[in-house]
Formats: sequence, C-alpha cells, structure tokens
Amino acid sequence: MSEGTRSVRQPDHHWIRVGTCDQIPPRQGRAVAIGDRELAIFNLGDRFFATDNRCPHKGGPLCDGIVTGVSAVCPLHAWKINLADGRVERPQSAEHCVATYAVRVDDGVIAVSVPL
Amino acid sequence: MRRLVVVGNGMAGMACVEQILKYQPQFRITVFGDETHVNYNRVMLSSVLAGEKAADEIVINTEEWYRRNEIDLRVGVRVIDVDPRAKTVTGDDGSVTPYDTLLLATGSSAWMPPIEGLDKDGVFAFRTLDDTRELIRRSGPETEAVVIGGGLLGLEAARGLQVQGCKVTVVHLMATLMERQLDKDGGQHLVKTMEGMGIRVLLGRSTKAIRGKKRVERVEFADGEGVDANLVVVAAGIRPNVELGKKAGLTVKRGIVVNDQMETSDPDIFAVGECVEHRGICYGLVAPLYEQGKVLAATITGNRGAEYTGTVQAAKLKIMGVDVFSAGNWDVSGADQIKYEDSGRGVYKKVAVKDGKLAGVILVGDTSDSHRYMDWLRTDADIGDKRGQLLFPPPSADAGLDVAEMSDSATVCGCVGVTKGTIIAAIHERGVNTISQLKESTRACTGCGSCTGLCQDLLRAVAPDFEDEKKKVICACVPFAEDRLREILRSQKLKSVQEVLEIYGNGIGCEICKPALSYMLDMLWCGDHDEDRSARFINDRVHANIQKDGTFSVVPRIRGGVTSPDELRRIADVADKYRVPMVKITGSQRIDLLGIKKADLPKVWADLGMPSGQAYTKGVRMVKTCVGTEFCRFGTQDSTGAGIEMERKFEQLYTPHKVKMATVGCPRNCAEATVKDIGLIGIEGGWQVVVGGAAGKSVRKADLLTTVETTEQALEASELFFQYYRENANYLERTYDFVERLGIEKVRKDTIYAPDAVRAGLRDRFAKSKSRAHDAWLEGQAPTDPTQFAPLQVLDHKVLA
Repeated sequence: MSEGTRSVRQPDHHWIRVGTCDQIPPRQGRAVAIGDRELAIFNLGDRFFATDNRCPHKGGPLCDGIVTGVSAVCPLHAWKINLADGRVERPQSAEHCVATYAVRVDDGVIAVSVPL
Repeated sequence: MRRLVVVGNGMAGMACVEQILKYQPQFRITVFGDETHVNYNRVMLSSVLAGEKAADEIVINTEEWYRRNEIDLRVGVRVIDVDPRAKTVTGDDGSVTPYDTLLLATGSSAWMPPIEGLDKDGVFAFRTLDDTRELIRRSGPETEAVVIGGGLLGLEAARGLQVQGCKVTVVHLMATLMERQLDKDGGQHLVKTMEGMGIRVLLGRSTKAIRGKKRVERVEFADGEGVDANLVVVAAGIRPNVELGKKAGLTVKRGIVVNDQMETSDPDIFAVGECVEHRGICYGLVAPLYEQGKVLAATITGNRGAEYTGTVQAAKLKIMGVDVFSAGNWDVSGADQIKYEDSGRGVYKKVAVKDGKLAGVILVGDTSDSHRYMDWLRTDADIGDKRGQLLFPPPSADAGLDVAEMSDSATVCGCVGVTKGTIIAAIHERGVNTISQLKESTRACTGCGSCTGLCQDLLRAVAPDFEDEKKKVICACVPFAEDRLREILRSQKLKSVQEVLEIYGNGIGCEICKPALSYMLDMLWCGDHDEDRSARFINDRVHANIQKDGTFSVVPRIRGGVTSPDELRRIADVADKYRVPMVKITGSQRIDLLGIKKADLPKVWADLGMPSGQAYTKGVRMVKTCVGTEFCRFGTQDSTGAGIEMERKFEQLYTPHKVKMATVGCPRNCAEATVKDIGLIGIEGGWQVVVGGAAGKSVRKADLLTTVETTEQALEASELFFQYYRENANYLERTYDFVERLGIEKVRKDTIYAPDAVRAGLRDRFAKSKSRAHDAWLEGQAPTDPTQFAPLQVLDHKVLA
C-alpha cells in the first residue's frame, strides 16, 4: 500500500475501490458516484486525492477543474480548492470547506475511504 | 569653446556628460567608445541574457541624443595613449585628438583569475552587449555551461543561461554565494533558491584549468574533480581599467585616485566611475557613478563646491523570482544583530544596528522593504524608536500608504539619486504619466531598475492619467511577457506545457498560464506540439461548453447558417432521445443543445453526424451570412457562398480568443460584418475586408483592412490577418483589442502590405496548421483516454483491510 493521502482507516468508514490509476491521466480529476455521493478523484502523479465533487460556491464539478499544485480550480467561477485538506484557497474570505476522503492505492487500484 | 574629450562611452561617462550639459555650454565634446554601440545600460545585460529585455530596450542615449547635443561620438575606437604634455589622446585607428580637458571613464574589465586554458574557444566574460549576444547564440538545450564566480554577476549570468536553455553549474571559490553581500545564512538560503531553479551550485571549488582541444570540454578544479562544459563564463570579479591613467602619469593605486571634488593629480584630467578610487574604495555598482558624475560636472564646469563623500553600497540581485538585497555594513563590530528566518518560505532578514542607527541589512526572499532600509542608511536616520519594527513595517491600511509615508526628501531611485519630491514635481509640473516619461524627465529608473515598482506606485497615486505600461507577464508561474515567451519557446523548441513550466516557470502552473501555454505551443508548432489535456480548460478536454449545473452545451457546425431538413431532423431526434432541456437558436445562426451530460457527448455527436461548431473554445466560431445575391434583391455579392467557403477555410483552428466572422452581400450589413473579428462586406465590384470589430463586452466598429475585387482575394487578406493575429496577439486578447493596440496601419503594413516573403511565411504556417487540424468531435469515437467522457465506476463495495 502506498501513495495515499491519509491511509489510516477510520472505524466508521470503509474502503471502496473506484478504479485503476491509469484511468485518470496525470494532473486530472474524474468523478465517481458512490451511493448518493459524488466524489472527485485526482491523480497528482505521485499521489491521489479524493474530495466531494461539488464546489462549495455554486456546486461546480471540481473533477473538471485545472489542477495547480495540490489544488484544483473550479471550472465555473475559478474557486481554488486545496485537495489535501479541502480548504478554499481563493477567494480567501470564503469560510467553506470541501469534504476530503482518504485514498489508498494497492496494485494500481484506487480505493477511497467513505463513511458507512 | 574648450575641447572636452571623454574616453569611455559607458554609463558613468555619459551620466557625467548629461550632468555637464546641464551647465552653460562651455565644451565641444568628443566621446570615444571602444564598443560599437551607443551608450547602453550595462546593468541590464543580465535582463537581456534572461530574455526579459531586447538589446534595443537597454539603450540609454540614442544617436539622436548625441546629435542633438552636438557630441562627436567615435564608436569602435579604443584610446591607446594619452600625452599629458601635448594634451592629446591617440586612438587605435591612428587618430590623434587634442583636448583641453580630459575625462577618463574607462570603467572596468572582467578580472580573469589565473586559470589554465582561458584562451579556449567557448570561454567568455560577461561584460558587454557583444558578450551577451554571443552567449545567447551559443546557448541551447545541448549546452552545458559553467559559470565561474558566484557573485551578483555570476548568478545573473547563470540564470540567464538557464533561461536560454543551458544546463548550468555555478562554481564558486568561497564557501557562500555572494559572500561580499551576504552572511553565511543568507548565502545558504540563496543556494537553496538557485538549486530549486535547477542551477547546480558548487561551493569552495578553486578552478584550476579549462580543458579541451580547441574548444572547451571540461572545467577542472584544484581538488582534481571537474565538470564537463562546452561554455564557460568567467565572472570572478572586475578590475578597474587604469592603463590610460598610468600613461597620463596620474596617481594610480587600485584605481585612478580622485579627491572629494573628483579631481585627479592632473588639473586637466578627471576621472569617474569604476576606474576611480575614492577614499580607498573602487565602486563596482551603478549608484556611485551617478553621484560622482554630479560632483565632477560641477567641478569641471568651474562650479566648485560640490563634494563627493562616498556612497552607501547596496546590491540587489536581478533574477526574476529570486529576491536578494544587501546594503551597508552588516558585519560591523559592536553592532546588534536582529534576524528573522522562515526556511519554509525561504525568507531571511538580518539587520545590524549600531548606536541607534542602521549599519547594514541583508534581505533574502523578500526585498519589498529595501527602500525603507536604504532611506535610513542614506539619511543616517536615528531608528531607536523603531526598534520593535525593524524587520517588518507596521501594517499599513492600504498598499498606497507605503509611498504616501515617504518624506519628499526620501530617495526613490538610488542609482541616479532622484527623490520622491523630484518625481512629484515632474508629475505635477511636466505632466508625467508613464514610466518612460518619468525616465525621460527625471532619469529615475534608468539605473538598475529596482525602483520601478516604487515609481509606479508614485505615479499611480499622484499622476492623474497614470498608464501602466509594464509589459504584462502571463502570470506569476511563468514570469515572462508573452511575446518574449513565444520567442523563447520557438528558439528552444519546447513542445509541452509541463516542459515550459519546468524550465521557465515554477514547475506547477495554474489555470491562467496552462491554457495560454497550450495555445501558444499549438500555434507555434502548427499543431505539431505535445498536447496535454491536463493543461486545458474542461471545455477543451471534452469539446463542449460547461454550463452552470455541470452539464454541457452542444453546437454543431452549420456553415454560414445554412442547414437542411435532414440536419434539422437529426437535431430534433437528438433533442428527443437525450431529453435535451433546451434547444435554442443562437446569435450566430446556429442551434444550441443545452443540458447534455458529459457521458452522453460522444453518442450525441455520433447521432448528430455533424462536426463540432467549436462554440466552447478560443478558436474559430462561425461565419454569419446574409442571403446575398442568391435571394436578396439588394445583394451585390454571393455572401452566403463566400461565408461557407470562409468557414471551411478557418474552421477547426485555434486562436488567442474566439473569432467570429460574417459576410454580407451589401452595405446594409444584415449579418453585422462591421462588428465581427473579420468581416467581408460586399460592394459593387468587390469586397471590403474589415477586422477588429466587436459587439460583445465592447462595441467597436471594425477597421477597413483592404478593398479587393474577388472573393479569393478577400479570403487571402482575411487569412493574412487571421494568422498574424494568431501569432502576435496575447492569449485572451480579442481582435478588437489587438487591432486597437497595434493600430490598423501597423496591421496593414505587417499583413497585406508586408514583403512577399513575410506574407508567404504567414500563409505557409496557416496552411501547415490547417493541414493538421481536424474535427474535435472525432474524439467521441477515439477518446484520448478511456475516461475522457465517462466517469469512474465503483468496482465493488468490498471492505478492504
């Protein structure tokens, strides 16, 4: 196991396998629906990140954003979201946060940890 | 009139002549310069090497200036002898020129340390414009460059060479970089920054020899190790040029000795700049030259009284993104040292205070405060009461306050010695509104250029019609103006966004620069670049326009707005099948299907069986037409046919911003050609080709490019303009801003009136791009990656250990 953001398993979460690493090109994101939830999974080359696929501003699909460093820029109004901690980096005044999920990679398969 | 002969056409000599010209005319002036150029700003050579400035941008005094002041300029002539008894100088062209007063401004030369093999081909100093040009010529991805010397000049040379594509190693004799300006900690921060940019730094290495047959192959150190190199720059220091001073019998120590009135030991010979030694100091920076020049001008014109008492030494590293500043004596004994260090941000500050006054300062990583410290040093200010705020100024309410707080006597331009009061006066009394006017009027900003920001702040705050003329860089990730960047990418043959970001940027990029670079590479290589979809906005990843709910709009191409019952049926079927929430006629005579899911895009395109209308991208949108001679009783030209042909010609190509076109059959202008990026207006017997129109955020009537007889000629003129716009506009600059910025006269001159070869070049590159262009919607059948349109699917809900 390697390359995850936070791979400590939380007791009330379980790991769900959402695809293989080669399904997401480097520096891009892809959406995945898990139950009622839609997540955005990002490939940052050496690491993968998972967040809710909704910008806290107007609900834009973060998976479609341009990746800059460890952030993604929402395609609708350019809010910048830190993928590691879900913080809104721009606009700075925004107090919102996007939910993030632990990611792990085993034998090229990406798994995310979501609440039960 | 007395004859004043000036030996040296550099910054010191000409700054001094400028000062002399301010007094009553009493000299007939002759200037000798051994370089073949007019006077240029030597301090800016590193900016030329780094591609930030062109050679003609660093000229200080133009030929016209010499003419206007009746100065006899002799370029390319080296003065080789002085006869102080006969009062003549002899040039290497054999000329003998008499003088009444002689001014030596011979400057300094690169000091060449005792290294074996300095005569090999590929070894350079970095002192002149010719050196710089040769370095640029020899630079490239194949070049392994070694810079000997880790001082100001060496580091600037290193970064410049790297920007030119070389692999660069800096070899420094001492244990820290810039040891004359920085302490050990500051030096270490700088090493980290330089290495972070990809420049290798080797400290404590004494270079013994440069090996190679005829050309440089390797640089060898005293410890036996070495590095391979095919280009070597020696920047180990400078030495005052004192030979003429000696020949003239002047007192010469390290430099030509001058007193506080800038007099040498001969009453008819004066000296200024880097060749002089004043109170035991030979200066190698630009500010002292100006101060010396002022005093010398007073003395030489008989207005004695002014005294030069020395200059507070200050140095600023001119590498974009690397902030280093050092001033005064931070190492003075008995001083208190106040330090701040943030290794994460790479910021280091050290201030030395003695007897309640600032003795010296070092700033690395953040030099925004440098003018405050310089002011304290120059005015010898008592800073006892600021003790708690020495490292950080008290927070100001707004950015403009910083300049507002400076006193009128505070120096803004340290090189030329221009105060805030002088600048304010120039703004009010001489109507100065721009940086170039300010330079012309006060000479501020003409030295090292580090006060540009401050001058701009002042202009912004005080000048009623301030115009920011600073060349806009794309963004902080890639700090280059776009025209410069295009040159760099072309010459360095870079083809991928990531490569550009790694060599010329911060390695990361953002949503501003990545699409801009993507466009630039596509345009430069006529489509033969390494396409990286991660650097594209979502619209260009899936070839549809993202809407507020994350769905997409689909606009098929309907050339010239002419469709058929079959097409309309297919569009209607698609709208039914995919339950399209809205079907709308656009302003571009096309049909928009709104609310399509990303995953459905390939199926929608296949069912439509029509090519992409590119309504989502910075590229060719459409050609709007009227019915022209086909049906209209007023039509003078077949605008519908011409429009369809025009759309076929330009479609599938990408442009700096969207390009909308129209063709109209008569001046009634039903398809609004006069407010399009390119419009063809039918007139009796021909077409008017108009460009740069707009009816969007801006409204602008297009300018007439040309009037021609045939449709073929109209399309050819359009093609020239189209490709010219592609190659020269900044990313996201619409044609109406582009044409407005350049002026239609220049656009005409560079397109339809350009020499044959230039027009052929534009047309060739257009044809090449067109031959590689294709319908983007073909990717529906052959996606670039399996999840280009489809989302990921949960594999299973298995709970993993």
